[in-house]
Amino acid sequence: MSRNSNKLRIGSGAGWWGDRIDPARWNAERGELDFLCFETMAEATVSAAQVRKRRDPGFPGYDTWLDDRMRAVLPHCMANGTRIISNQGWIHPQAAARRVAELCAEVGWKNAKVAAITATDLSSTIAASGLSIMESGAPIASLHDTLISAEPYAGAEAIVQALDQGADIVITGRVADPSLFLAPMMHHYGWRHDDWDKLGQGSGIGHLLECGAQVTGGYFGDPGYKDVPEPWNLAFPYADVDADGTAEIGKVSGTGGCIDLRTVKEQMFYEVHDPARYITPDVVVDFTTAQLEQTGENRVTVRGISGHPRTATFKVSVGCTEGYIGEDMFFFAGPGCLEKARLADTILRERLRMANLQADDLRIDFIGLNAVHGAASAPPSPNHVPAEIAVRIAARCATRAQAEKIGREVDGMAVCGLASTGKRVPHQDRVREVIGLWSTLVPRDSVHCTIEFV
Amino acid sequence: MRVNLRRIAHTRSGDKGNTSNIAVIAYEPVFYPLIKQTLTVHAMRSIYNGTAVRGTITRYDVDGLGVLNFVLEGALGGGVSRSLAIDNYGKALASAVLRFELEVPDAWLPLLRGPQEV
Repeated sequence: MSRNSNKLRIGSGAGWWGDRIDPARWNAERGELDFLCFETMAEATVSAAQVRKRRDPGFPGYDTWLDDRMRAVLPHCMANGTRIISNQGWIHPQAAARRVAELCAEVGWKNAKVAAITATDLSSTIAASGLSIMESGAPIASLHDTLISAEPYAGAEAIVQALDQGADIVITGRVADPSLFLAPMMHHYGWRHDDWDKLGQGSGIGHLLECGAQVTGGYFGDPGYKDVPEPWNLAFPYADVDADGTAEIGKVSGTGGCIDLRTVKEQMFYEVHDPARYITPDVVVDFTTAQLEQTGENRVTVRGISGHPRTATFKVSVGCTEGYIGEDMFFFAGPGCLEKARLADTILRERLRMANLQADDLRIDFIGLNAVHGAASAPPSPNHVPAEIAVRIAARCATRAQAEKIGREVDGMAVCGLASTGKRVPHQDRVREVIGLWSTLVPRDSVHCTIEFV
Repeated sequence: MRVNLRRIAHTRSGDKGNTSNIAVIAYEPVFYPLIKQTLTVHAMRSIYNGTAVRGTITRYDVDGLGVLNFVLEGALGGGVSRSLAIDNYGKALASAVLRFELEVPDAWLPLLRGPQEV
């Protein structure tokens, strides 16, 4: 399997939908990978895709960057014998898999075995399940027709089966992110589904890889404190995994970034709550037993992450429509900019009162002063004068027509506002639909995955 | 000597639903006990008072790695998609705690991160 050792090498091809594509190509081309895994779904991806599908019947329902990502890596994966696992299928894994098969044909990858994995869609049945929303305790049925989607987070099992059946490329919809990486380990080493410590260690390694560059120096640099070499040239990581799950995190040579104890620790706890109980569909991961060792330049060995038996349920993400957010901004610079921003705040609030804005929530920020950390910002010195301020306004409303009032009143500031008001033009997408997300847990036997070779 | 947390620890935040987590990671093992003793849930609440953080704050200690993981419920204005905050993911939340001041032994000076004159 592996090129230079008897270890299994699994690399990252994306950490989110909008991620860079070059690092995926470098991994496919020069990473000597056994597996290349793409993670492209955020929490709201499925709901947003469902909304888009309703508006635009031509939307195919999968990652909008599917063609670009696959064209970048397929020739190299074909040449190097690298298999691909990707959650780019979003709400239509079969359509994505068929498209990938077409792209394989384009690059001359004859007889590529492409599998689509589809999990039970609970959108039409969850309301009648009698289940409640975890966050609020309200019955899911109370969402009525605002409910758009309900998709379970599937685990590694179906991916392992597809690999066992010889798939070169596996396209999935919603799968827990670490499971994308755990699956090739279970397939390659034949780990049992109840070998909790191995599954815990493997899922932990998957968690370190799933956000791409966030373990190789991305989301990390802090000049003078945490300096990152060539931060414009970051690689996506790979891991060399042993039969017991011990893994060394590394990256292709000739790239920037860094892999060290700091980057690995930061990513280990990213989006983790109780570190001793990180729940995935496959296993409950315990990071508190992890041991880290810098074993080379940009190489960190991770061992000792443990696992506990998986839970009896799958997490389900429930999306629903919750109105609209209107948002816009304009700028002041130079002497008096803060005073102008304060007066503009008053003008906007008066105008929106006159326009009878109906908003559930409204917020005006002074970007450059304290918009991000609010009262937790460093207190300015008494005579501090900002050089420039962006006035940013946002409101959440029940209807699109109400949310559009925000942009309309910012338009008015161009000619009817204050001296030297800087504006962004053209304006687009000043109103966005709010897709609220809730969670619930369903018994394992209510979710099944089907595997289809296209 | 009084220094900012930034000299002895680094941080990262992550989002899940309406909950943010902030991992505080000691640069050196020798720094960790002092951070653990000083950066209590109470201290964290006073730092983040005035941000969107509304709910329970829980601290998980990972002694083996020198990490404190703070879980801040109700921190993201209802969640990424509902929030009116400009940083709706709370990606930048983790840097606020770096201003936290603590008293450290003078002997640590050579180990402190960042410019020496700060």
